[in-house]
Amino acid sequence: MRETGSHPQPTVGLFVTCLADLFRPSVGFAAIKLLEAAGCVVEAPEAQTCCGQPGYNSGDTESARALARRTIEIFEGYDHVVAPSGSCAGMLKEHYPHLFSDEPEMARRAETLAGRTHELTSFLVDVLGVKAVSAQFEGQVTYHDSCSGLRELGIKEQPRELLGSVEGLELVEMEDSEVCCGFGGTFCIKYPEISDHMVTDKVTRAGESGAGMVLAGDLGCLLNIAGKLKRQGSPVQVRHVAEVLAGMVDEPAIGEPGFGEAEV
Amino acid sequence: MRATSHQFPENVHEALANPTLRQALSKMRGGFPVNRAQAISRLPEFDALRDTARDIKNHTLEHLDFYLERFEERVVANGGQVHWCETPQDARQTILEICQRLNARSVTKGKSMIAEEIALNDYLEEHDIRPVETDLGEYIIQLRKEPPSHIIAPAIHVTKDQVIEAFREAHTELPADRPLDEPRDLTDEARTMLRQEYFDADVGITGANFLVAETGTSTIVTNEGNGDLTQTLAKAHVVIASLEKIVPTMEDMATILRLLARSATGQEFSVYTTLSSGPKRKEDLDGPEEYHVVLLDNGRSDLLGTEFREILRCIRCSACMNHCPVYGAVGGHAYGWVYPGPMGAILTPTLIGIDQAGHLPNASTFCGKCEEVCPMRIPLPQLMRAYRTREHERGISPKATRWGLRLWRFLATRPRLYGAVTGLVARAIANLGWGQGVVTSLPLAGGWTSVRDLPVTQGRTFRSLYKQTKSYPASSTK
Amino acid sequence: MSAREAILGRVRASLGRGRLDVDKSAELDARLNAPIANLVPARGQVSGAAAVEDFIQMTLGAAATLEEVATDLEIPAAIARYLASENLPARLVQTQEIADRLDWDAVPQVETRSGPAVSEDEVGLAMALAGVAETGTLILRSGVQAPTTVNFLPDTHIVVLRRDDVVGGYEEAWARLRETCLDADGRLPRTVNMITGPSRTGDIEQTLQLGAHGPRRLHVVLVG
Repeated sequence: MRETGSHPQPTVGLFVTCLADLFRPSVGFAAIKLLEAAGCVVEAPEAQTCCGQPGYNSGDTESARALARRTIEIFEGYDHVVAPSGSCAGMLKEHYPHLFSDEPEMARRAETLAGRTHELTSFLVDVLGVKAVSAQFEGQVTYHDSCSGLRELGIKEQPRELLGSVEGLELVEMEDSEVCCGFGGTFCIKYPEISDHMVTDKVTRAGESGAGMVLAGDLGCLLNIAGKLKRQGSPVQVRHVAEVLAGMVDEPAIGEPGFGEAEV
Repeated sequence: MRATSHQFPENVHEALANPTLRQALSKMRGGFPVNRAQAISRLPEFDALRDTARDIKNHTLEHLDFYLERFEERVVANGGQVHWCETPQDARQTILEICQRLNARSVTKGKSMIAEEIALNDYLEEHDIRPVETDLGEYIIQLRKEPPSHIIAPAIHVTKDQVIEAFREAHTELPADRPLDEPRDLTDEARTMLRQEYFDADVGITGANFLVAETGTSTIVTNEGNGDLTQTLAKAHVVIASLEKIVPTMEDMATILRLLARSATGQEFSVYTTLSSGPKRKEDLDGPEEYHVVLLDNGRSDLLGTEFREILRCIRCSACMNHCPVYGAVGGHAYGWVYPGPMGAILTPTLIGIDQAGHLPNASTFCGKCEEVCPMRIPLPQLMRAYRTREHERGISPKATRWGLRLWRFLATRPRLYGAVTGLVARAIANLGWGQGVVTSLPLAGGWTSVRDLPVTQGRTFRSLYKQTKSYPASSTK
Repeated sequence: MSAREAILGRVRASLGRGRLDVDKSAELDARLNAPIANLVPARGQVSGAAAVEDFIQMTLGAAATLEEVATDLEIPAAIARYLASENLPARLVQTQEIADRLDWDAVPQVETRSGPAVSEDEVGLAMALAGVAETGTLILRSGVQAPTTVNFLPDTHIVVLRRDDVVGGYEEAWARLRETCLDADGRLPRTVNMITGPSRTGDIEQTLQLGAHGPRRLHVVLVG
């Protein structure tokens, strides 16, 4: 891990994302652990909710603007804004500035936020220069490249570099790791048959890799992939890459039994 | 061609249930995309050429009126004629009149998407003129009475066995017991059957990949040579093209040519790139006596003034559909009109109306692969999103989606209420799993659970845990 | 109002302006009248022996065949050998341009005819204006001495290309066209053919078949 030395510790506003907040808090805590280990002071502002992508991608620009406006305000004041999601980070980084093309002041603030926003693994590797994590994981994993992270933010090598440092972990690439899993936000509900075809292809390729676990950096894809694997009765497990990098794998994997009885 | 884009989900259902189509489509992935990647890896300047090509087209569109006028002047100087057509009907009528004046009984056709767009074949047939498609793929689907399902491989959905069946049914003058099992036999048979057609046709119709303003030239790019025989052996060569095919100079065309074949089939260059400038010269020994360019607008002049202008850079290479996972799943016919895949998701609503084709820009995960491979750097996802915005603004997006978004916005702008509701939902979904880790069926989430399980939550939301501990519950980590 | 004026009017309305003013038109006319090359890839900028070598590799890669000879005098015999080796009839249709160039007396077994091709012709022989190294592309143009049918109707297409006519990129070929092929009114020939390998199709299950409608074989005789 990087030594912060005499530099003041950078402050990071963690954008948890609504999916992690609702479905997988452990991803948010894994992100905190990784960021703190890299020398950041992390805070997850309480007022945060959703980045507005559902509205934005459904043509409801007004609601996207409303949510973007408050997200921009909430995350002003942090040195960096980090999200454990290429899709949500991409929304803040690539799309917010376009939302305010006729409001120069907001556009400027959106640009500033965009410049400070990063997806988790790319922040660790590209910004902080982290080359290794101190975690252990026994077994073979395969990595699915989520579309927004890959194509909007250029995330490809960063998670692989970090996974390479996990003791005991072997990364085996699946074929077509860059092909969309068929999640696509509301797409998977509006066009379930096409989505099913795509996610079936994805879990088939993942299965062929021989890995016992599929990792990715976006919960949307992960819920989709895990949901399909479980529907098929597959033993292949699914986790967010941050959980493995943070060594937080005691929680049941996504869609695995364990929650729903004792906890509540 | 009757559009069925409005029933996209039904088309999808049929397509996914069709094993023959599945078999045909499964061959595509290992073909065009792989060849494209190899071709591009051999041309380090590819991305820089994309930028140049984009700039050339943007410049051309910005001065489209000027270049169209110059193009016409030079076609006339070459001895040809330009017919300006505002609508598909104008274009059909113009072509029919040329055919009738020449007493044409049959016309040969090279591949043209604009001819599909204006449904030319049906119109000619209604007027007792027999159109003969000469591109092998187009010939196959003409025999099968189908529209194309791909813009450069129109019969990509057809299996070899189906071609055999179509040929046996159509070519009854040939011996019934002839061998016809191999692609070679089929290609030879089509070659033989079509040879005489080139000589018999009075009019040869081709599309155009480029119209060059500098020289009054129309250019076609093909692999078979059918377009060359079509235009060389007929009395009249009719080129049908839309406004945006214009490029200023031969040099500009050369730049885009370097992108076209590599993006389309992954070839370094197509076999035949043919530049046609007017009719045969007085002393020439062969070639058409007349040369006509039917220049179709069909909404493009208006499109130029909208946020969708960038689609006018499209060179019809098909890279977007070759790489699109949605196209790869459902094939071209599901899109319900002439242009399939991502470029079709923009062009179709533009040309037949968003009321008819509203599904198409929605049927995308925004995976961004199309934009990544587009040689002309058309931001296809952004344009699809712009159509979604139009649909939302006009109130034609689905009611359930609109209510859902309204509710989501209401919650997400009220963090305390949001926290309370998501807390309840997190607990409810965890409970619904009954310890199984997933929910297999959930009211209001049928789109999700019809095809996959819903993984359960971890019981509590991040925000409630974080508020309590500022870190993950100690018992749960090591 | 004519369709032409209606379309141009809508184009201008969409561009938010009227007709271009005189200065802008003059600027664009200058662009048309003295075209400037855009970015030319490195492999389109080769010349001399390197260009010839690239041309050979690329044209072979496009499934053409090629033979090198030293002078025009050797061409008829080389063609006679090629026809024999492919079991093709010793009979061909050639363009007048070729007829004026070659002396067939040395190979009386090859029957030649000059002029446009007809259905029955099995071998066509033509002269290339240029060969483009970057993709192994032959450039041929129509004219009284060079009917286009010779390039497409026969099953076998043989093209004579001078080594000196091999250029790096397409832009150099355009320059040659402009220098040598424009008529008195500055017009291009009716047809300019860029040919890269023999005819092919992948329309049946994406299986590559040579000889869809045009020639099944393309044989280049490189001379000089």
